[in-house]
Amino acid sequence: MSTHNRPELKPEYGNFIGGKFVPAIDGHTFDVHTPIDNSVITKVPRSNSKDVEAALDAAHNAFESWKNSSVTERSNMLLKIADVVEANHHYLAAVETLDNGKSIRETINADIALVIDHFRYFAGVIRAEEGTISELDATTVSVNIKEPIGVVAQIIPWNFPLLMAAWKIAPALAAGNCVIVKPAEQTPAGICVFMELVGHLIPDGVLNIVHGFGPEAGKPLAQSSRVHKVAFTGETTTGRLIMQYASENLNPVTMELGGKSPNIFFPSVMDADDAFLNKAVEGAVMFALNQGEVCTCPSRILVHEDIYEDFMKKVVERTNAIKMGNPFDEGTMMGAQASEDQYNKILNYIEIGKEEGAEVLCGGASADLSGDLENGYYIQPTILKGHNKMRVFQEEIFGPVTSVTTFKTVEEAIEIANDTLYGLGAGVWTRDAHEAYQVPRAVEAGRVWVNCYHAYPAHAPFGGYKQSGFGRETHLMMLNHYRQNKNMLVSYDKNALGFF
Amino acid sequence: MWRLFYNLKLMNRVDFTPAAKELMDELRTFHGPIMFHQSGGCCDGSSPMCFALDDFKVGEVDVFLGEVDGAPFYMSSSQYDYWKHTHLTLDVTPGRGSSFSIEIPTGKRFLIKSRLLTNQEIENLPEAPRGKQH
Repeated sequence: MSTHNRPELKPEYGNFIGGKFVPAIDGHTFDVHTPIDNSVITKVPRSNSKDVEAALDAAHNAFESWKNSSVTERSNMLLKIADVVEANHHYLAAVETLDNGKSIRETINADIALVIDHFRYFAGVIRAEEGTISELDATTVSVNIKEPIGVVAQIIPWNFPLLMAAWKIAPALAAGNCVIVKPAEQTPAGICVFMELVGHLIPDGVLNIVHGFGPEAGKPLAQSSRVHKVAFTGETTTGRLIMQYASENLNPVTMELGGKSPNIFFPSVMDADDAFLNKAVEGAVMFALNQGEVCTCPSRILVHEDIYEDFMKKVVERTNAIKMGNPFDEGTMMGAQASEDQYNKILNYIEIGKEEGAEVLCGGASADLSGDLENGYYIQPTILKGHNKMRVFQEEIFGPVTSVTTFKTVEEAIEIANDTLYGLGAGVWTRDAHEAYQVPRAVEAGRVWVNCYHAYPAHAPFGGYKQSGFGRETHLMMLNHYRQNKNMLVSYDKNALGFF
Repeated sequence: MWRLFYNLKLMNRVDFTPAAKELMDELRTFHGPIMFHQSGGCCDGSSPMCFALDDFKVGEVDVFLGEVDGAPFYMSSSQYDYWKHTHLTLDVTPGRGSSFSIEIPTGKRFLIKSRLLTNQEIENLPEAPRGKQH
């Protein structure tokens, strides 16, 4: 197990507008801290509406020609981006670890690996796509052609900064749009390095990055009447606010707003002490992936009462074996929470759980790592036992905290699973073929992992039911959220209708 | 009797710390009157969002929990179903949230601390009304 070097960043990066890095028009910047040790790693522009307007000008200018770019040109560009990311796989992974605080084994094997795959996926699907044509009668033909929607705004979260950017940027560019991205202010460094590497592959103005704070840069972008579509991943109040702005412009939006995902373990899981049981135990411990900062964090474990004791004993043992430490060390399983306010919020929720009467099965406190890491934001992976009406079972904590409860019947498991405001992800673990089909169908969530969890391959659509939002990413379905349908209705009849 | 009245008058569903008041005052000098809406969901969810008054449009789906130093505090009714036995205190933490909450450029973030309401509070607090109350 080796330790990766902490990557060197430039002391300052600009916005990326019209094909080049530029400072904020008013000249303001803000410091970027790494949650690993709270030190300053770079500066980025503190943009405002003037910078947003400059990006909109660049995007609108570029769209005049980019909208007519061939599918081949767009596909080849996405493939080249993927190749450059692949050539810099470990470097970008290290930057992402520095920016976000997550462990290097995750940024190498998940974040950046999936970034590469998503660009290639969207490069591929647009080459295989075709429009439709229907002969409505002997002289009338309906032709459907997909056209880009125009200039789109994308507001990116901080939990998988580059991967979430790739989920949004790749389909939007593939569909022929020009894009303005507002990265999260906690994690702006990764996309700066990404643009340094791939910026020259993209025509000027087609992809623009505007850094800054939500109320100063995100809001004017989401509000602009010059934007034709807004994509957002985040929380529900901002989601509503963005929809409110979009309603004023009659703009379409896609929203991914989080969840409180149930991970359900049926009794047959314990029928044998084998590889599958081992996989199921790991599946329950997946709440600690990415320090729990995942919209689909399996933050509610539902276990059949007959296997509760034996199964949870294994889950607690596996959780206690999670190695925390320097995120650049390949042996580190869990790194730092992304920011101080998140850290405080998570600790607050652990206290709420205790006050509500939840039993702490493991963790339950911050992790005080010594030496260079003592100023970082580390929390022990925590399992609380309680019931589904508790707030820790209902609210997204966005940390390495899961809450476990038991059920007696399949019906009760489904009832508990669906007793939530959200419907993004769910897990179902069973050796019973009937349960493996019927339970996922009954769970109100956009993604149900059956005998697996936290897999995000391109080609499987991802998105929410209920208050988790709408739109389906990581799949060609997303292309239509970034396109108009042009219907040409053509008559091959020379004769007048005879009306006038 | 006076004491009981006094206690009832002090009862509320949402309160604030001096640090929260200080930040609210700072924001009001730039933004004028302000409001809060408690968020849910991922990333910066489960945190209170602060906006210039009426920048966020409150709907019939929202519940009015009370005022914090004159600023109305709302939450969606679906979330309130799980929070109705909870007393909230608006506080401040250093940090950089994302979202459109207006305090973010200050390097501080509003935070909710909570405790369960006492039985006396549950009996005596009036029903939290729905819809815009300011």
